[in-house]
Amino acid sequence: MRVRRVRAGLRGWGGVGAMAVVCALTAVFALLLPLSQTHGGGAGTGAGGLGHAVPSRAEACEDPEEQSPPPSGADGPTIEAIKNRKDRRLVIGVDQNSYRWGYRDPNSDRDDAELEGFDIDLAHRIAQEILGDPDAVRFRAVPTNERIPAIKEGRVDMVVRTMSISCERLREVAFSAPYFETGQQLLAPRKSDIEDYDEKMLEGKRICAAQDSTALATLEADREAGELAASTEIRTVPNQLDCLVRLQLGEVDAVVTDSALAASQAAQDPSVALKGKPFTTEYYGVAMKKGPDDDLVRRVNQVLEDYRRDGWEQSYDKWLAGTLGESPGPPSVSYR
Amino acid sequence: MTYPPNGGQAPPAPGAPSLPAVPPQAAPPSARPAGPPAAPARPPERAPEPPRRTAWAEGVDRLRAAATTEPGRLRVIGAVLAALVVAFGAVTAWQTTTRADAADAVLTSSQPLSDDAAAVYRSLADANTAAASGFLAGGQEPAESRERYEKDIRTAAEKLVTAAANSEPGSPSADLIARIDRLLPEYKGLVERARANNRQGFPLGGAYLRYANEKMQEQMLPDAERLYLRESRRLRSDYADATPYPWAAIGLGVLALGALAWAQRRTYLRTNRVLNHGLVAASAASAVVLLWLVVGHSVARAGLNDSYDHGVRSLDVLHDARIASLKARGNENLTLVSRGAETRRTASGTVDAYDYAYRTEMAALGKGLTVAEELADDRAGREPVAAAVAGMKEWRERHGEARAADDAGDYQEALDRVIGARSEKPTGECFDNVDRLLGDAISHEEAQFRQAAGDGRDAMTGLPAGAAALTVLGAGGAVLGIGRRLSEYR
Repeated sequence: MRVRRVRAGLRGWGGVGAMAVVCALTAVFALLLPLSQTHGGGAGTGAGGLGHAVPSRAEACEDPEEQSPPPSGADGPTIEAIKNRKDRRLVIGVDQNSYRWGYRDPNSDRDDAELEGFDIDLAHRIAQEILGDPDAVRFRAVPTNERIPAIKEGRVDMVVRTMSISCERLREVAFSAPYFETGQQLLAPRKSDIEDYDEKMLEGKRICAAQDSTALATLEADREAGELAASTEIRTVPNQLDCLVRLQLGEVDAVVTDSALAASQAAQDPSVALKGKPFTTEYYGVAMKKGPDDDLVRRVNQVLEDYRRDGWEQSYDKWLAGTLGESPGPPSVSYR
Repeated sequence: MTYPPNGGQAPPAPGAPSLPAVPPQAAPPSARPAGPPAAPARPPERAPEPPRRTAWAEGVDRLRAAATTEPGRLRVIGAVLAALVVAFGAVTAWQTTTRADAADAVLTSSQPLSDDAAAVYRSLADANTAAASGFLAGGQEPAESRERYEKDIRTAAEKLVTAAANSEPGSPSADLIARIDRLLPEYKGLVERARANNRQGFPLGGAYLRYANEKMQEQMLPDAERLYLRESRRLRSDYADATPYPWAAIGLGVLALGALAWAQRRTYLRTNRVLNHGLVAASAASAVVLLWLVVGHSVARAGLNDSYDHGVRSLDVLHDARIASLKARGNENLTLVSRGAETRRTASGTVDAYDYAYRTEMAALGKGLTVAEELADDRAGREPVAAAVAGMKEWRERHGEARAADDAGDYQEALDRVIGARSEKPTGECFDNVDRLLGDAISHEEAQFRQAAGDGRDAMTGLPAGAAALTVLGAGGAVLGIGRRLSEYR
C-alpha cells in the first residue's frame, strides 16, 4: 500500500526525480551487496534467453542433480526408526497450492478432501514401497521458505514439493535423484509487452517470486551481475501461487517461477501465458535430512528407479499432460 | 462603573446605580481621599493625568459611605442577597446543564457508538470466519455460511454509516471509519475472486482467501479495534463529565442560605419582627433549589455509576469475550485451511501458528467469561454467561477430538468435526452457541445500562430550568423583603 503510494508519488515527480532516487539506491546497493553476498546466488546452472548469470562465488559442486548416493533397497537406521514409530507413517511435506502438483480439488469426486497431484502420487508411491501401504503417509503443508527448516528440525521425514536440487540447498539437506526436469520461466499477461526474460523488456517492471525459491535466487544473482536493470523491482510472496494473485490484481507485471509451476498457473488463468523459453535448467528432487545415515535417500532413489519404469508416465499423463503437453519422459539419472 | 474625571475631587453627579434595586441616593460625603491613590503619581507629560482609582476601591468607598446609615446598609444587604441568590441559580443551571448533557451523551450517543464500533469489529471478524468456513467446505459453499457472510458484511456497512454520521469530520475516528470503508469493498472483491476460482477447482481460490484474510487481519481488524477503543474512551470521558458533584453550585447555595439567615436574624434583632415575608420566601426558594440540586444530582450520579458498574463494565468484558471467541473460531478454521503451512516458534518448540492463536484466544475467552460471571449481578445476566462457559468447555473438548483426528492424518474427520453437520458434533455448533449466548448476555446488560443511565439522566430533568426560575423568585423575594424594611424609613 505504502509502496504503491510512493511509486505514485515518484511518477508525479516525473522521470527525473525517479531516476535520481534509483541512482541513489543503486549506489547504496553497490555498497551493500558485497556484504550480503554469502546469501545470494547459488541458483541453477543452465543458460538461455538472456545470458544468465553464473553465481560469482566459486561453487564446489557443479551438477547438483548428480550428487545423490546410488539406490539401495536395504533398510537402515533411519527407515528402522520410521517403521518402529507408534504412528507407523511417513510424514511428508507437500504443497497444497500447486495446481496439478499438490492441491486439494474442491470439486473432487472423492469425499475425503485429500490432496492430489503429481507430487502426491509420488509421495504415496514412496510410502507404499517403504511401509507397504500407499496411505501410510501424513501430509503436512509446507510453505516454500519453510521446506528446509522443516526437514532440519525433523518436522517432516521428507519434502516432495516441486523442490529444485541446488548446490546451495545441498549444503543443508540431502536430495534424491531428480524426478523431473524444469527451468525458470517468465509468466506475464498474454497482452503484456513483456515477451521474454530480457533486461530491456523488464526495465521498470515489477517481478514477483516466492521467498527462498530458486527463482528468487536467480533474479538476485542476475541483478548482482548487472543483467537485470536496477529499475526492475523484485517482489516476494510466501508461495508461488500468491504471485498469480498479485499479477491478477495488477500489483506486479510478471512472475518468475519454475516452468512446471508457471504452466500450472497459466492453466488457472487463460489470460496469462508463459513468455520465452525456460532460462535455466533445474531438477526436482525429494529432499531429506542430511546425516551420517543415507539409507532413506538410497531407498527413495530405489523407489524412483522403480517409479520411472512404472508409474511416472501414468502420473504425468493424469496430471501434467494437460498443462505441459506431451511427456518428455523422466530425466536421465546419474549417481554420485 | 464610572470614573471621576479628576482625582481628588468629589464626583459631580450621583454615581450610576451600581447596585441593583437600590434607589438612587445623594452622593456620599467626600470621603474620597481617604485611601492613597492607587496609581503612583508620575510627573505628567502632556495633560495632567489624575491618579486613577480602581473600580474596586471606588465601590468599597461607596459602600463604606452607604454603610454609615441604616437605609444605606439595608440597600447594600438587599443587593448582596439578591446577587448571591441569582448567582446560585445561574451556577446551578450551568453546572446541571453540562452534567445533564453529558449524561444524555452517555445514553444516546457515546454508548451506542461504542456498541456500534464493537458491532463493526464483530461482523468483520465473523464475515472473515464465515468466508474461511465456506472455503473449507469445498467448491459448493454451503448456503448457510454464504448467508452469514453476506449478513455480516451488510451489518458492518450499516454500522459504519452510523458511526460515520456520529463522528466529527477530520477526527481520528472519522479517518479510521473512512479507511475501513475503503478496505471493505476491496476485501469483498478478494473473497469473490476466491469463490470464483474455488468453484472452478483452482487452488488459486485458496491463495485469494489467504490474501483477503491477511487484509482483514492486518489492516481492517486493527483499525476496527482502534475505533472501538476510541469510542470507549469517549464514553468514559462523557461519564467523567456527568458524574462529579457540582461543588460551585452547592457552595454558592450554602452561602446564599447563610446570608439570608444572617439578614433575617439581623432584622429580628433590630425590629423584633420574627418574619420578613420576602426574606423567608427567598430562603425557601434557595433551600428548595439546593435540596433539589443535591438530591437530583446524587440520584443521577447513582444511576450513572450504576449504569457504568453494571452496564458498561459488563458490556466491555462481554464484547471482548465475544471477539475472543470469534478470533478463536477463525483460527480454528485457518488451522485446517493452512494444514500446518504457518508455523511459529515458541519456548516449547515449533507449533502451528493458527492453532497457537486459537489457544491464546480461547484462554482470553475463558478469562473474559469468568470476569463476566463475577460482574453479572442478577440471574438473567448470569444464566447466559454460565451457559456460555459450558459451551466453551464443550467446544474445547470437541476441538481436541478434531485436532486428534487431524494429527492422526484423518483430515476429512477433522473437517467434519469442525464445520460438519450437526450429527457430526462439530465445534461450529459450540461456537454458534457461545456466540448466541454472549449476544443474549450483551442485550441483557444493554437493557440494564439503558435503564440505569436513563434513570440517572431523568433525575436531572427540569433541574436547570427549575433552579433558574426558583432563584429568580428568591432574588425578588429578598429585594422585596429588604424594600419593605426600607420603606419604614420614608
